[in-house]
Amino acid sequence: MSLRPGSRVRARAGDPDHHTRVPRYVRGHVGEVVELEGEWPLPDDRARRIDPPRVEAVYAVRFPAAELWGEGTHTITVDLWESYLLEEPS
Amino acid sequence: MTGTHSELPVAARVRQLEERVIAAGLATDAELDDVLARLYDGASPVNGARMVARAWADESYFRRLLADGNAAAGELGLGDPYGLGYRLKAVANTPQQHNLVVCTLCSCYPVSLLGPSPSWYKSLAYRSRAVRKPRAVLAEFGLELPAGTEIAVWDASAETRYLVVPARPAGTGEMPEDDLAALVTQRGLIGTAVV
Repeated sequence: MSLRPGSRVRARAGDPDHHTRVPRYVRGHVGEVVELEGEWPLPDDRARRIDPPRVEAVYAVRFPAAELWGEGTHTITVDLWESYLLEEPS
Repeated sequence: MTGTHSELPVAARVRQLEERVIAAGLATDAELDDVLARLYDGASPVNGARMVARAWADESYFRRLLADGNAAAGELGLGDPYGLGYRLKAVANTPQQHNLVVCTLCSCYPVSLLGPSPSWYKSLAYRSRAVRKPRAVLAEFGLELPAGTEIAVWDASAETRYLVVPARPAGTGEMPEDDLAALVTQRGLIGTAVV
């Protein structure tokens, strides 16, 4: 997956059995990549003591309030590991 | 546990958790104390305020702060000798955009630059409502934004910690940097107040 600022992405909707850091309120919703935040160990692996954990790109992804809540004019930017995201056709 | 809230009910729960961690061989009492000491040593909103005042006083520092928060903190000697331990992202308020920081999953926040987080920042009410109805939340903090100002909420759900750079108050053109820093509040650095 090659994501860059402006890429449209969908947060994975699944609810894994293990620890994850995809906030429930963005699951299944479409946002836009704002920037790459570097590469960091995946918390899902660290919480399960998978050694070494996968190290993945983390992206700031901006969601319009109306996409998440059906109303509102603000934006919410959420920081998401690459495997939490699916590329969305534009 | 090192701390000053030993009379609170939560202190007993924290101690029980610590004892489980120690019993499981994951850490020792001394190691836990050491982590807390390192986390809070020198942590204060005075640090974030110094960065904001420098940004107000020095346009090129402002640009460097927005481009690379960690390097800008380092310029003021903050985070030494180990670095901040997180990626710092500064977001600047403008007449068009007001920034608000939250951590919906827990209470992530740049402790070293803002000091220990206020209890409301960790409350379920703030964490759930800041992303849903930020304008109403800000109004409850006494901050009524102009209708034309858009709100950008930043949910610190990974390894980035956010610092809001408030807009410089009018009439402070001649003010020395130390006096400017004294205007900057912890709430201003989170985005629940302006300066």
